[in-house]
This record gives sequence, structure tokens and C-alpha cells, in this order.
Amino acid sequence: MKRRKFDLAATPGKAAVGIDDRFKVATPLRGLLNKVFPDHWSFLLGEIALFSFIVLLLTGTFLTFFFEPSMTEVVYNGSYAPLRGTPMSAAYASSLDLSFEVRGGLVMRQMHHWAALLFMAAIVVHMLRIFFTGAFRKPREANWIIGSLLFWIGFLAGFTGYSLPDDGLSGTGLRIASGIMLSIPVIGSWLTSSIFGGEFPGTIIISRFFIAHVLLIPALLLALITVHLGLVFTQKHTQWPGPGRTNGNVVGERFFPRYALKQGGFFMIVFGVIALMGGLFQINPIWLFGPYEAWVVSAASQPDWYVMFLDGSTRLMPAWQIDIPLGDGYVIPPLFWPTVVLPGILVGLSTLYPFVEARHLKDYRTHHLLQRPRDVPARTAVGAMAVAFYLVLTLSGANDVIADKFQISLNAMTWAGRVGLLILPPLAYFVTYRICLGLQQHDREVLAHGVETGIIRRLPDGKFVEVHQPLSAQDHDGHGALEYTGWVVPKKMNRLGALGPAIRGFFYPIEKPVDAPVSPGHPPVEPRPERAEISSGSESRH
Amino acid sequence: MTSDNDRRRGLLARLRGRPAARSRGRRRLGAAVRLLAALTLAGGAYTVFAPGAQAQDAPPLSSAAAEGKALFDVSCVTCHGRNAQGVEGRGPSLIGVGAASVEFQVSSGRMPATRQEAQAHRKPPLFTDEQTRQLAQYIQELGGGPELPQGTNLREGGDIATGGELFRINCSQCHAFGAGGGALSSGKFAPSLRPASDRQIYAAMLSGPQNMPVFGDNQLRPDQKADIIAYIQETLKHDQDPGGFNLGRYGPSTEGLAIFLVGIVALVFATLWIAGKS
Repeated sequence: MKRRKFDLAATPGKAAVGIDDRFKVATPLRGLLNKVFPDHWSFLLGEIALFSFIVLLLTGTFLTFFFEPSMTEVVYNGSYAPLRGTPMSAAYASSLDLSFEVRGGLVMRQMHHWAALLFMAAIVVHMLRIFFTGAFRKPREANWIIGSLLFWIGFLAGFTGYSLPDDGLSGTGLRIASGIMLSIPVIGSWLTSSIFGGEFPGTIIISRFFIAHVLLIPALLLALITVHLGLVFTQKHTQWPGPGRTNGNVVGERFFPRYALKQGGFFMIVFGVIALMGGLFQINPIWLFGPYEAWVVSAASQPDWYVMFLDGSTRLMPAWQIDIPLGDGYVIPPLFWPTVVLPGILVGLSTLYPFVEARHLKDYRTHHLLQRPRDVPARTAVGAMAVAFYLVLTLSGANDVIADKFQISLNAMTWAGRVGLLILPPLAYFVTYRICLGLQQHDREVLAHGVETGIIRRLPDGKFVEVHQPLSAQDHDGHGALEYTGWVVPKKMNRLGALGPAIRGFFYPIEKPVDAPVSPGHPPVEPRPERAEISSGSESRH
Repeated sequence: MTSDNDRRRGLLARLRGRPAARSRGRRRLGAAVRLLAALTLAGGAYTVFAPGAQAQDAPPLSSAAAEGKALFDVSCVTCHGRNAQGVEGRGPSLIGVGAASVEFQVSSGRMPATRQEAQAHRKPPLFTDEQTRQLAQYIQELGGGPELPQGTNLREGGDIATGGELFRINCSQCHAFGAGGGALSSGKFAPSLRPASDRQIYAAMLSGPQNMPVFGDNQLRPDQKADIIAYIQETLKHDQDPGGFNLGRYGPSTEGLAIFLVGIVALVFATLWIAGKS
């Protein structure tokens, strides 16, 4: 019997050949693995959202093992003494058990909540990057719309999840949501009673929100995220302009192995940050809120941060009620404008922005190169305006906490919010526009006159001038011939190689500093000879 | 003053008519005496039955109250006026506020107030416990009002679960779920309950200081007050925060701040690090 020699090194290759013989995957896989991604730190912000979504799916699945989505009344008899003997819904009781009885339940609950906050925060930060760099332009308008929808669906996911534990805080939020739905003219009461199964709070809302939160919304999110990433693959990633980079190519790293490894590592970092926050920072202490009862409400009842702008708009809205004397009389309550009309306008504006801008600039070309925010001052300023608007509303959503902790009158906070909402966005527009123009001008100035060297020369007439290092040959006026290319203009001598290159790294160098280049005219400076310590003879014996 | 002859006649006869034989001088004297007697009787009856106005000027104060009055006349009289009757536009009358109110305001340092503002702040008390008791006794004897039970432990026998329920119904609207306090209108606020003692919480419920409503014994029975105090003192102040650092228990506003200051900042540095490694 001949013993076959087992070659370990050839095993993966053989297995791969076997798989390819059967499934014919080598050709499409080669295209995928060799796909090139441009590299820049700001291209990784969307991944934070993607990875926190994965953490959300994992921790959320764990929570469903123990959560009971039911409003049946039970009497709590668990280990948290201050609530023992209190009647509450089964949903709240099982959330308490998740926090106090289930091993690891509290850290999972907290990780889930922090991951939700991070998911929304990363979506917003990623969206700002896309906006300010013009990455939404043709052909990527569809992906911009999908991204905006992801924010609003994430908003719904967050709200339904926040409502599930049926604690005093989430019930207050639910009551507000029912009020918002009721404020919609004509259909309001029908809409509310069909969602709540009758008058608020009813007996069914937790079960319905549960299915929405664990099945419908995650499925929708997953589908949209898949399309979002698929479009990034097929339309290719945008890149910054720079040497060798054009509108027709992609310069970067191959997907496999480097890019994939980096992404894997980044997933671990995101997971780690969420786990750390889940373990170190207490979030949503439902045991302090108590079970939801219609007569229970707490000061400082806020929604999670991404809903807070609607709370803020509600707080700033004057009590303008419209009475329509038709039939028995119709009423449009003031709540309708800040909580239904305003988000409607925001959804419309944000999704349609790429088309509005293209129409305004009559720019219907395809763009794969990003723009520096300073090069499109109007867009950057509009973005700053939107950020200012959102910030004022969000801060107003927490204005009672701010008023109390900083000892400001709550009425003053409300009026500051009202005035700020009207004044700060235009101010932000103006200031941002001017800053962009200033930065543009400085870039052009360096291209024309060269880099400041820090060398001051005294002219024969006694005048002092700073010597500039021109970046190119100069014409008779002393102006360079370089055109601005939409990328960073070197503004320091070490960027030109005149001095040693700047040492890379944050806080400490991540590579060995290169020795400074030596000018041909000067010999390298010798280090001074080591000097011996001077000491007296008697002391040297020690 | 009357003759033997008069004495022999009956009383009615004497009232009906005088003997004609009386001298003019004696008649005049008798009339004067009778007028004097009637006036004395009427004045005496008036003095006995009429509310004595001058009786309040010098009430029979106990020795503790007298000490309290001395303190009052030095530290409180500027705003609350002589005999605690209040000064228009400066300080309210303290007649009838009771010892509970005085103990709350003085022992928590809110009174004497630093300045006129929307609401007095808690600060280190100016008076000792003994002096506070004397002031309270003075105000109590001046006009009556709610009083605290004896002892420093007013949560004896309190049930924290019942107390929690009552706290969430009655207190958390203003003082917030974690008893950290909250804003009210125009610069007024519900203070944090964390520095408050049993007696101060009890006194606040009884007297309703500043913007707080009064929770008299017909709204919250003394045993329910004990439940609430037990919940505040034993659960809210000694909760171990099983989830980690509680971010001040301000609810979602500080959680939102934390996700940007900690989560997003940490991960943006991570992106810089990763992108810098190419």
C-alpha cells in the first residue's frame, strides 16, 4: 500500500481549484478582490455607521431572547428592591430582568443603545463629509437619497426601540408621538387610533413597535445599506484630486488584502469603542424612570439626541393655533408645524439638494473627483447654515437641562432659541463664505508668490522683506505660472523638501525621522564632542 | 349711705320712688355714685369681653422663642418686618408659616437670602441647629402653622417601593427622576434633592417653600411622606449606578453629548490613524 504524501502548503490552492471547478467564482472574485479603493481618513466615517449597525444586529438579537413585548400587567418581584411589588407591563418587567437578572444583559442593553446613538451620529458625520466635498454630485445622487432615507429610517428604528421598554421616559415620548400624529389635519385621529389600536396608550402598541423594530425596520435598513454599498462598488468611490488622480481613474489600495484587513481592524475598533462605552457609561437607567403610567412624567424628559431637534422646534414654536370654522370646526394645533411640516420640509430639502445644486450651477457632468469645501463657498456656507439651524434646534431640545444646570432662565433660553434660529444660520452662511474666500485667496497667493521661508532680508534702503520660495519659474512680474488644481497647496518649506519632511504621526512619530537634507554648499554639521564630567578627585571615588 | 327707713321698705318700693323727705344734697350724691358704678361696670365688662388689642404687643413668649425673637430682630427683620408681618416688596409675612417652613429655609441656608432674585439658593446655613430651633419656635408661637415631628430620622418604617411610586407621581415632574432638579419658568427651579436631609424634605413637603406646592397631611399622609423620604435617601442617593458612570443622570441630553465627545472623537482619531498607515 503506497502511502500518499500530504502536502500542507498545497492544500489551500487545491481547495480553491476544487471550488472554482464547481462554482466558477474565480473571475468575478478576482475583479472584486482587486478592486481599488482610494484612501483618506474621511472615507472611513460611513464605515462607523456600517459597523455599529452590525453591532446593533448582534446585541439586538441577544436582547430579543429575553425581552417580552407585551403590555400585560404583572407585579414585579425581581431583585431590584425599589420596584418590588409595583404593577407594571410585562415589557418593562422583562427589561428590568434583562438589566438585573440576565448575565451580561445590562452591558448588552447599554451596548445596543450606545451603538444606536453611534449609528445615527456616524450617519450625520458621514453625510456632512459627503455634502461638504460634493460627493453627492452626478452620478451619485441616488446614493445620496438612499443615505438621507437611511437617516430617517434609523430615526424610526431609534424611536421604536426607545419606546419598547415601556418605562416612564419612553412612555412620555410615545405620548408626544401620539400627540404629533393627532395634530395632522383630517387624518390625525384615524391615524393615531389605527396605530395605537384605539385611544393612547391602548394595549397593543408595544407588540406592534416590537415587530417594526426587530423585523420591518432592520430589514429595510439592511436592504438600503446593501444597495448603498452596492452603488459605491459599481459607481466606484470618489477620490480627492491630486498627483495622478483624474476624473477617469481610481488611485488607491486593492480591496484584498490591505483594504480588507484595515476594514476588519476598524470594525474591531468600532466594536471596542461601543463595548467600552456600554461598560463604562450608564445609558437609559430605566429602573429610575419606573413603569409608564399616564400620570407620571419627569423633568428633563428628552428623546435621544437625533430626535431632540424636533423637541427643540416644538419648544420654540409660538402657540399659534388655527381655527377653521367649517362644519363643527377644525383646529390645526401649533404642534403640527414644528413636528410634521418641518421634518417634511427637511426630508424634501435634503433629498433633493443634488438636483437643486446641479440646476443652479447648470452642471450636469459626471464627477468622480471631490471638491475642497473652500472651493465651493456657496455650498459650504449653505451646509454651515444647515448645521447652525440643526444645532440651535437640538440645543433648544435640551433647554430645560441647560437652563437648570447653567442657572439661566428657561424663558430666556426659549427666546434665545427663537432669535438664534432666525439669526445664526444667515450669520453662519456669511462667516463661512468669507472664510472660504480667504482660504482660496491664500492658496492663490502662495501659487503666485511662493512659500514663506521665514528668512527676512534687509534691502539696501533699509526695508525688510520676507524671502518667498517660488513654486515654479516666475514671469517678469515675479508671478508663478502654476494653476490651482483643487488640491492642497504646499505652504511650508518642509513640504517642498527644502527642510526635512514633517514627521508623520499624532503625538509621537509613527516612522523614523529622516535626516535633514544637507545643502551642497555647507558641510554637514558635526555633533559637538562629548564632554567629560568635571569632578574633583575625591568625589570621583564614589 | 341709705337710712334705716329705706331699709325697712322693700327693694321694689325703693326703686319705684324715693321718699320725699330726702335732702337735695343726698340725692345729688346718690346719683353721682350710681353713675360712677354703671360706668365702672360697663367699662369692666368691655375690658373682659373685648379682644385685647394691646395683649399682642407683649405675648408670653417661651424662653426659646424669646431667644428666637432676638435672632429675628437682628437677621430677619429687614425683609420680614417687625413681628414678622412682612415688608411690602421685600419679604412676605411669616404669620402662620409655621416652624416647618422656618426650619427648611434656615437650616438649608436659603434664609437669610443673599439678594432678591427669582429664587433663593441653598448655601451653608448661617445659624446653628439650636438657633434654627429657636427661630422656628418664635415664628410658631407668633402665628402657628405646620410643625415637624421630632427626631432626625423621618423615614422610619418607610417603604421604598411605595415611596418610589409616590415620588414619580408627585415629585419627579419638577425634581426629575434622579432627584437632580429641573428648571421652572423665569429663572425659578426645583432644586436637587441630593443635599437635603430627612427633616428638610419633610419640611418642604409640609410647607411648600418657594414654588413648591404644599403636600399637607391630607394629600400625603405622614407614613407616605416617610415612604418618599426613604426612596430619596436610600434609593436615589445610594443607587450604585450598575451601568457605570451615570453622566450626571440628566437623561438623553448628556448621553447625546457623550456619543459625540467620546464615541465619534475616538473613532475619528482611529480613522486618522488607519488612513495614516497607508
